[in-house]
Amino acid sequence: MSLPYAFRLLRSLAMLLALLCAARIALAETELPLAALQGLDFKAKAAAISAIADSGSPRAEAILNALTDGRLMLRKSDQRFVIIAAAEDPATLTDALDGSALGSEPLAGLKKIVINNQLRLQLRAELARMQLANPDPHARRAAVEALAADPTPAVIASLVEAAPKEQDEDVARAMQVVIGLAQIGDADPAKRLEGVQAVTGSMLGEVHNRLTQLVARNPAGEPLEPSMDVRIAAGAALRAIDQRRARYELIQTVFFGLSLGFVLVLAATGLAITFGVMGVINMAHGEMMMLGAYTTYVVQQALPNHIEASIFIAIPAAFLVAGLVGIVIERGIVRFLYGRPLETLLATFGVSLFLQQVVRSIFSPLNRAVATPQWMSGQLMVGDALALTWNRLYIIIFSALVFAALLALLRFTALGLQVRAVSQNRAMARAMGVRAGWVDALTFGLGSGVAGLAGVALSQLTNVGPNLGQSYIIDSFMVVVFGGVGNLWGTLVAGLSLGIANKFLEPFAGAVLAKILVLVFIILFIQKWPRGLFPQRGRSAEA
Amino acid sequence: MAVTANKRADQVVYGVLLALAVAVPALNLGVGESSALHVSTYTMTLVGKYLCYALLALSVDLVWGFGGILSLGHGAFFALGGYAMGMHLMRQIGTRGVYGNAELPDFMVFLNWKELPWTWYGFDSFPFAMLMVVLVPGLLAFVFGWFAFRSRVTGVYLSIITQALTYALLLAFFRNEMGFGGNNGLTDFKDILGYDLQADSTRATLFVLSVLALAGGYAGCRALIDSKFGRVLVAVRDAENRARFIGYRVENYKLWAWTFSAMLAGVAGALYVPQVGIINPGEFSPLNSIELVIWVAVGGRGTLYGALLGAFVVNFAKTFFTGALPELWLFVLGAVFVLVTLLIPQGIAGYFNREARA
Repeated sequence: MSLPYAFRLLRSLAMLLALLCAARIALAETELPLAALQGLDFKAKAAAISAIADSGSPRAEAILNALTDGRLMLRKSDQRFVIIAAAEDPATLTDALDGSALGSEPLAGLKKIVINNQLRLQLRAELARMQLANPDPHARRAAVEALAADPTPAVIASLVEAAPKEQDEDVARAMQVVIGLAQIGDADPAKRLEGVQAVTGSMLGEVHNRLTQLVARNPAGEPLEPSMDVRIAAGAALRAIDQRRARYELIQTVFFGLSLGFVLVLAATGLAITFGVMGVINMAHGEMMMLGAYTTYVVQQALPNHIEASIFIAIPAAFLVAGLVGIVIERGIVRFLYGRPLETLLATFGVSLFLQQVVRSIFSPLNRAVATPQWMSGQLMVGDALALTWNRLYIIIFSALVFAALLALLRFTALGLQVRAVSQNRAMARAMGVRAGWVDALTFGLGSGVAGLAGVALSQLTNVGPNLGQSYIIDSFMVVVFGGVGNLWGTLVAGLSLGIANKFLEPFAGAVLAKILVLVFIILFIQKWPRGLFPQRGRSAEA
Repeated sequence: MAVTANKRADQVVYGVLLALAVAVPALNLGVGESSALHVSTYTMTLVGKYLCYALLALSVDLVWGFGGILSLGHGAFFALGGYAMGMHLMRQIGTRGVYGNAELPDFMVFLNWKELPWTWYGFDSFPFAMLMVVLVPGLLAFVFGWFAFRSRVTGVYLSIITQALTYALLLAFFRNEMGFGGNNGLTDFKDILGYDLQADSTRATLFVLSVLALAGGYAGCRALIDSKFGRVLVAVRDAENRARFIGYRVENYKLWAWTFSAMLAGVAGALYVPQVGIINPGEFSPLNSIELVIWVAVGGRGTLYGALLGAFVVNFAKTFFTGALPELWLFVLGAVFVLVTLLIPQGIAGYFNREARA
């Protein structure tokens, strides 16, 4: 036996021993290679992540999720891996390996496991791959689509394997798309064509990117894709996607326009009552909205454990608060100024300054955030690329209901009859026994109350601050004047058309310029038709 | 009797203005700082600012008090005049800006603009800028009024669209793309016609010019009101349809009063900017325009001198409260709005006139 040979043997033995030891220790300590996640060796970390994902351990998903969110920590005192519930101090711990609760620990006693962007991508892919086994078809589909961003050969292989077994049609289709995406990168033109055909019809962002690459040309004007068939198929698929996108965008713009429009309608209907029916300019109208929004805030503060339900208390509360303040304003100030609209304007403006300062003194000048109930957040997905946010959808419904209720109130109730009678001919109404002063107060209160309701809706869209009302008062006046004073239907049409026009102008002109254009349009419109879209006919027109 | 009362009031106005024009600069420049009679430059600038506000209030009183047109957008004309002056002052900075660019104002260099937009052409010249001070607000008012009065947009409707006008301009001037400095507006001025803007003597000159402009504007408005034109204007205010049926072209009377008033507001803005040293889009805010209406309401509309009185009283109160009790100011202003309209609809001047008659 030569010496080098013996030496080599010895070395191999030593290595084997070391490996065995290491494996033994690892098995004894964790079974999952968590230790490799420590430190800054990102290659080792990547290998460890793959190993954890492949381990089949029931804790694998929780660990990888925690790692993605930066919640996987090493407890310094005993070098144990823990998962914290949320980024708070002290943090609530669970053991990473067996999921048992470990009490709480100050953040200072924990060391975060750091990852980089590359690892984050890998984590997302691994998690998605694990999700493919999820029993919920929605989760499976989301997982498949997440894989499209980084289709490694291993991922594709697992998809090819899983696709024929997939029961859910949508998920199977999504899998075909991701496999098709991978085929587009193939060297064989026939395969590429197959890939393009597989992805045709999908609205996935990644599909659009890959197809765009296929039809792209180099600076010399030659196509990058050699096969004509592939180019034609890709072009057709791309056009189909663009058409569908344009359609979705149109629907989305109309939706946003409608939601803005209904907010305007809601803000303006209250004004349409006080200004339109009573002929009173209430510059404090915006502040009534502000009061409604602050009422929502206060109700939420009073019921911190019932955010979901608090909105249903806030709606009547806001109506009452704003309505009562409205009645006080009418009895205290406005009734002395009937027939003098310009003075009313100035006095109510004074009231608006006063109310703003009251709110500023009580709640501080800072904006307050009103929490959105769970059932109002999130989006309604229509098809695969059209997302409609729930809160806007609810606001549309809410505004429409309030508007309908108001119309019914004015048309079918005794109060509505009296309001109309007083607004048409005050002296005659009084002669018939209508208490005009009482009707005035209630009408003003009603208009203010509706403004309070608008405030509840606004609190779900923006922050609540003392200047909330100011930003809507001019818009509300525009809607009322544009629609025709004294006509609630005019207010509806005007509000919706201005909202939609605004949203259609925005992509071309930008938000501010769109607003300016709408304002200028209304100024010009009033010059031509001073009484608005639906002018009042008859004697009352000559004011 | 009203005429004699006006005459006496006019004499008081001219007397006070003359006293201000002589005394304030003299006490600022001639009397040493240690003396009890010394008027600090701060005070002089403050009173100069009030004088500009008074001229602005005068312009509102002309259309509201005598024409019955309640403008909630007069701040826009004031700001446009101010911007015209501000643009001239910006061009005078030359290479002394932070970037030392002789061609472009600092904010354009900052926005990486290569050349001066056409809107700035000619503002190097002082006479051109002064022409623009009256022409731009005048032209805007003329075009706006031409359409509005011809279509018989009156009363509250007119008030609301004037508010929309100033609001649209506010939004427009906030945009950097407009080329007027965006959010920050125009500031950091150095000198005017070669005179250092920080020097006491320049400030005193601007003060005297403000007094002269106010006196001139007052005399102009008084002459207008006393003329046949003024009589018809008052008739339009009191009974527009009757005046029209008698055969007067109501819209022309309104239009010229309106345009003249906008020019006065522009001049006020132009005098205001060099004294305060900045003009920004905030001047377009609808709040400012409404506030200045309340100056006129407090002083008493339809009297001219009431507008001056109101501008001084309200702004003095504002300076006092925002300094001493800032959180109370909006309460006070709000209460003034309500109480004046409810209790003394004719303002301070009207109140005393009634007392005198009783």
